This record gives sequence, C-alpha cells and structure tokens, in this order.
Amino acid sequence: MSSYMPYMLCFVLFCIGIFAVFSKKSLIKIIVGLAISEYAANLFLILVGYKMGGRAPIFSPTETISPDLMVDPLPQALVLTSIVIGLAITAFLVAIAMRLYEKYGTFDVTKIRELRG
Amino acid sequence: MIELYVMLGLMIAGAIIAIEVRNLLSAVITVGVIGLGVSVVFLLLKAPDIALTQLVVEIMAVIIMIRATINTGIASVDSGTKRFGSFLGLAVVVLMCVGALPVMQHVQRFGHPLMLVSSRYASGAVARTGAVNAVTSIVLDFRGYDTLGEATILFTAVVGVVTVLRARGRKSEDEQVPESEE
Amino acid sequence: MSGNTGTQGMSLIVKTVTRLTVGLVFLYGVFIVLNGHLSPGGGFSGGVIIGLAFVNLVLAYGRDTASKIATAAGASMIESLGAVMFISIALLGLQWGGFLQNFLPHGTPFHLVSAGTLPLLNIAICLKVGAGMFSIFLALIVLLKFESEVKR
Repeated sequence: MSSYMPYMLCFVLFCIGIFAVFSKKSLIKIIVGLAISEYAANLFLILVGYKMGGRAPIFSPTETISPDLMVDPLPQALVLTSIVIGLAITAFLVAIAMRLYEKYGTFDVTKIRELRG
Repeated sequence: MIELYVMLGLMIAGAIIAIEVRNLLSAVITVGVIGLGVSVVFLLLKAPDIALTQLVVEIMAVIIMIRATINTGIASVDSGTKRFGSFLGLAVVVLMCVGALPVMQHVQRFGHPLMLVSSRYASGAVARTGAVNAVTSIVLDFRGYDTLGEATILFTAVVGVVTVLRARGRKSEDEQVPESEE
Repeated sequence: MSGNTGTQGMSLIVKTVTRLTVGLVFLYGVFIVLNGHLSPGGGFSGGVIIGLAFVNLVLAYGRDTASKIATAAGASMIESLGAVMFISIALLGLQWGGFLQNFLPHGTPFHLVSAGTLPLLNIAICLKVGAGMFSIFLALIVLLKFESEVKR
C-alpha cells in the first residue's frame, strides 16, 4: 500500500482541482482549479517514471554511468512539451476571462448567464 | 522518500487554501507557490530538465494571472460556491476514485518502472545521436514530431490570444459604431 | 500596477537593478539553449528565460520607453523565423533519409559542436517559444482600456 501512496496523493491533488472547476462561481477560481489539475497531471507522469536509487538521465564525462541506473527519460520528454502547452492554455483562458469582464462587468459565471446579452 | 511525502502534503494543503481563500490575488499567489513546490518535487525525482522548465513557466503563468486580477477596478473578492455544482463535483470525484481503484493494480509499483522502450532510447542516445542529454535526444531526434506539434500548438495559442484581446479593430474610437438593434 | 499600467514603468530602484541584470538574464538564457544537448535545459526553458528577460524590460521601463527595443512586430517576425528555421532543417533531412533526420556529423560527445542538428533545432525552438511568450505578455498588458462596459 505504501508503494502506491505517492500516486494517491497526486490523485487527491487532481481531484481538488476538478472539484474547484465544478463548484466555484468566480472565473479566476475556475482557472486556478484548472492550473492545479494540470500540475497534478504532469506530476503523475514523472512519478510513474521514477526508479528507486536512480540518477538523472544525463551522461557524465568524468564517470561512466550505466543506462540501467537512470530514471526513465521518456516521460520527462513528454512532460517537457506538456508544461509549455499548459502555459499556453492558461494564457488563453485568462485572455477570454478578461474579455468577458470587459463585456459583462463581472467574473461571476451565474451573473453572466443571466445577462445573456 | 520522506521529503517527497512532506512536499506532496504541503501541496495538497496549499491547493485547499488556494480554492477556499476569498481574496483572488491571494489565490493566484498560492497557485504560484504550488507550482514552485511541484518544481522542487521534480528535482527530488531526479528530473532537472523538467524542474528548470516548470520554474520559469510558473513565473510566467503567475505574471499573466496577476494581470487579470489586479486591474478590475472593483475589489477582487471571490463570489462563493454553487450548491448544485458542489454536489456534481463531489459525485464526479467519487466516481473517479471508484474508477481508479482497479486501474491502480495495473500501474507499476512506485520506483520500479517498466522501461521497455526507453531503455533503448537511453542506451542509444550517445551512439545514435551524439547528444549526452538523453531527454534532449528524445525530444528533438527520436520524437521530433511531437516537438513540431508543440510548436504548432504554441503558435495557435499566440494567434488566439492576440486575436481575442485585439482592441476594437477597424473603426477608430472617436466615431460611434452604429448598433444594429434599432 | 494599477494606475499607470505600462506607460511609466516602476520606481528608480527597479529601473537601476533591471539595467544592471537584464543582460545577465539574457546571457543565462542563451547559455541554457546552447548547452541543451550537454546539460539540463534545452530550447523550451532557455526560450522562456529569454522571453522573461524582455518582459522584465517592459515591466520596469514602461511600454513607451521599452517599445523602441521590444516591439510587437519584431516579436512576431522572430517567432515566424523560428518556425521557418525548424521546418526547413526538418525538410532538409529528407535529402538524407527522412523527415527530421539528424544529418549533420555527430562529432565527439561532450563538445559544444556535436550531436548534428540538435543545437540548431534548439535555437529554433528557443526563438519560437521566447517570442511567443513575449507576444502573449504584450497582448495582455497593452490592453489598457480594461474597464467594464456592462451591456443591458
């Protein structure tokens, strides 16, 4: 059970973010919840690729490192692009939120639904 | 790995604080701190490339989010929670937990990854690519198409942001735009 | 940042410290990009660091003063240049075997000039990501007329 504990904690972080997206009224809180879910998703990928007692996947000129001692480099390559894509998504959401505020005067999603103008 | 559990516990506490605090500026700054915590956890998991990228991307995200909350004119205070949305969110979370339990039996135990494909990437990085950094050789040589796709996504996002935030374009701000509702 | 967003910049202390350190931040970003195949880093993190150096310049000096160096048109041109460079290096590989083939000589490991096309691709990604981040920042900050018009 303790060998699955990091996965479960990461999953709890993801669920907190998803819960915030469903239950909050302010657009900024929804964006905050989405950002937390993104961090949890990237963290889960790196957690899967960790090897106990492993080293970073970079060779060294002074000592010979066997590739069997390294942590998994493939999830790291995938997460590298995923982090930058997450930033682009957050920036786009913030731009839409600013436009909505300019048009409707509030960040509250229930009030925006009423003012369907 | 006690420091890993400590950091994860602190991040969960920070996430609960970030979504419950009333001042919006405090929520955004707390998300920034959670991002820094994620960067430290990446460093504990022996991924220095990712830790560096997460750190600088986190700083950029906090700058962008603060810009949205700080200049709204009214006091930036949270509006509260939706009651039906809370029940729906709780139901979805419970459903995800129930669905995740059988999946957990198939994921490898923490610390023993199933490196079927990446053992060939790691051992062939210097011989087939000439690069010493295995992650860079995967990103730019073995899986270069993914980087091309990421560049396309970034381009689309920049076009989208600039288009959404363009000032009312064609007519100047002096003359009145005739409204169509007459 | 509320009253004079983007026009006057910040106080004298911030301006002096920025003038002293922005070149070092830019140089650090260039170092991370060029050593992407030897040590942790690469095009993505180096590009975001270079973009943040320009963001620092615009935030400290205000948009009017800093727009002599860092313009929106310049950022858009550099981003397109990065994309064209990446695609053309990838298409050149078709001559020697396939799309995105690593066709330059691999050289000896641990040297700066090694690993074929990887440093060039790193530079292309750095230009694209850095200019993209700066364009997003300019579009969000320059929106000065951020008042609410409630339509009824």
